Amino acid sequence: MFDYQFFIEVLVGGLLSGVMYSLVAIGFVLIYKTSGVLNFAQGAMLLFAALTFVSLVERGVPFAAALLLTLVVMVLLGIAIERTVLRPLVNQPPITLFMATLGLSYVIEGAAQLLWGTQVHGLDLGINDTPFTVAGVFISQFDLFAAAIAGAMVALFALFFRYTRTGLAFRAVADDQFAALAVGLRLPRVWAAVWTASGIVALVAGLLWGARLGVQFSLSLVVLKALPVLVLGGFDSVAGAIVGGLLIGAIEKIAEVYVGPFFGGGIEAWAAYVVALGFLLVRPSGLFGQKLIERV
Amino acid sequence: MNVLNSIKLATVAVAIAVGASFPASADEQYFPLQSYRVGPYAAGGTGFFGGFIDYLNLINIRDGGVNGVKLTWSECETQYEVERGVECYERQKTGKNVAAFNPLSLGIQIALLERSRTDKIPIITIDHGQTATSDGRVFPYLFPLLMNPPSETSAIITYIGQREGGAEKLKGKKIVVLYHGSPYGKETIPIFELLSKKYGFELQQIEVPHPGNDQQAQWLTIRRAKPDYVVLRGWGVMNPVAIKSAQKVGFPVDHLIGNVWSNSEEDVIPAGEAAKGYISLITQPSGTEFPVVQQVVDKVYGAGKGNLEDKKRIGSVYHNLGIVNGILNVEAIRIAQDKFGHRALSSEEVQWGFEHLRLDEKRIAELGAVGLLQSINVTCADHEGEGSVKFQQWDGKKWSVISDWVKPDRVLLRPIIEAAAEKYAIENDIKPRVCTE
Repeated sequence: MFDYQFFIEVLVGGLLSGVMYSLVAIGFVLIYKTSGVLNFAQGAMLLFAALTFVSLVERGVPFAAALLLTLVVMVLLGIAIERTVLRPLVNQPPITLFMATLGLSYVIEGAAQLLWGTQVHGLDLGINDTPFTVAGVFISQFDLFAAAIAGAMVALFALFFRYTRTGLAFRAVADDQFAALAVGLRLPRVWAAVWTASGIVALVAGLLWGARLGVQFSLSLVVLKALPVLVLGGFDSVAGAIVGGLLIGAIEKIAEVYVGPFFGGGIEAWAAYVVALGFLLVRPSGLFGQKLIERV
Repeated sequence: MNVLNSIKLATVAVAIAVGASFPASADEQYFPLQSYRVGPYAAGGTGFFGGFIDYLNLINIRDGGVNGVKLTWSECETQYEVERGVECYERQKTGKNVAAFNPLSLGIQIALLERSRTDKIPIITIDHGQTATSDGRVFPYLFPLLMNPPSETSAIITYIGQREGGAEKLKGKKIVVLYHGSPYGKETIPIFELLSKKYGFELQQIEVPHPGNDQQAQWLTIRRAKPDYVVLRGWGVMNPVAIKSAQKVGFPVDHLIGNVWSNSEEDVIPAGEAAKGYISLITQPSGTEFPVVQQVVDKVYGAGKGNLEDKKRIGSVYHNLGIVNGILNVEAIRIAQDKFGHRALSSEEVQWGFEHLRLDEKRIAELGAVGLLQSINVTCADHEGEGSVKFQQWDGKKWSVISDWVKPDRVLLRPIIEAAAEKYAIENDIKPRVCTE
């Protein structure tokens, strides 16, 4: 007989995992939306942020000060990337910019290890991870906390985009770069701001993922979890990153538990990509992505 | 880390990247090291190769080398990648008086399987290596010293049996094996099945896809299965995530038993409080109380030649594994020198030394390694050497040994090793050697 309670547990667990994927995906969306670049270095930025934070804390810097200092470092990193990598590549094809971010990811990973060492660090955010039960279903307190943080971050971004001048500039650039330039918006400044925002997302995601996995090199691999989310939700939609994350999280867990045994298990990693690929075939721009309309 | 240290590290990294080597002269024995100090597995690499180099340094500083023959080495960075490992091997094998390669990577070992035969250079894979390579008749240059995967599996089941009050109590118990989705992780699937049949415990084996940074589905499946024990056959980030996920589903962590690649400080520290009580297998306990480790501290670090940048890592699991690996390599050279003369040896001569590596408790006491290593008895046919293991428990700050030495059931396992080796020999048209002892 089908165990509905277990199914709900798997579904809830998948949705909460999906929130963690969304956190990473949002960083990609911010950059793609405004500059059309798939920033492969997002995982490396996440690693760099978490490693910087935890190294400062281990050196006796108080939690709040370490958070603030890391934030400053990420802002400086964002501005430096814009100045040294993106600005010289203005008007280059997207593949050139993508390759630049690929190279950038290796540089950031190497720099992070060179600066802070290769040791694995524990990160305790003070959130208890023992589960509580709702109608027999185990729910992780930490995952709920992560979901709340993700929700708050999305809300803040929505307000920022809607009610600030820089947010308006973001939207203008995202809508049409050339038109934005024509009306006098400074593209480099907007790009520097968006890379800074992406750095802040990397910090938040890095701390939450770091508390889950430990702060170590493997943090940079969480980008692999974000890619099917982006395909499903759309590369240029924050809402798409959230919904895509939830869907991918739920689908991969349900697939692993109920379909995995027929294939010998271990299918969740590629099951997510199968779903994303299938979606790509019927809706190339994703659930919430802007359809590309070009004059031919 | 200060800027000066960063610059020093960068200089070393550049030297490693370009494959700087320090070729041995006529009275020097050369160890080509395929190390990994950057990348995802750098924490393990720096600890292991740090311990290995520290021991080689100890021999040079304290004894002036092995019977007057100085030990030299150079590092080539592999980042734990197979293709880089092969490239390093090809570059370093041309060094003079090469003793042996120690890649600490199953993938690189597999890639070097036939090259070692052609080049007649020993490949040492302490605590790991393909199951078949324990059979020295087919693989004369491969040495999975101390413990191969079947022995490890058997020791874990023996230990669980001991905890339950005897092997007969395993009947009717349920054991889940959570394994890394890689050739390494899958290597023991048939061994667990064999032991399940022998002892009558119910078995469920669950794969975690690489890298294992999310295990929600696997642990919900485990919660539903309600096992008595979970065996963790993990690697890297998979380990702390497994420990944390166990806590998430309310599984008691002292019934989660980690294998030899799930047993380091790097595996438990990221899991924080969730790891308190976690148990794992070990071939060499951690700690600095062993005389040989003390000598490393006094003579090597005292002379400012220690390899670990963070001295708190001295005596950690990986560092002590590196020291034990150093002991086994150096003793193989010493044994070979007794036969061929007190001089720098060829790789083939060192291979003879490994094949006659017999360290009893008396010799281990002389080496200052009582409690760190029990005994080893490598023969022409058995390249594993009948090693024993212990089990340790994490208390939130350090590991404590909680068992005596546990012997694997080698009588049961040897036919599996021989069958795998013979199959390889047939497929590759290799005539197995005849071993007389």
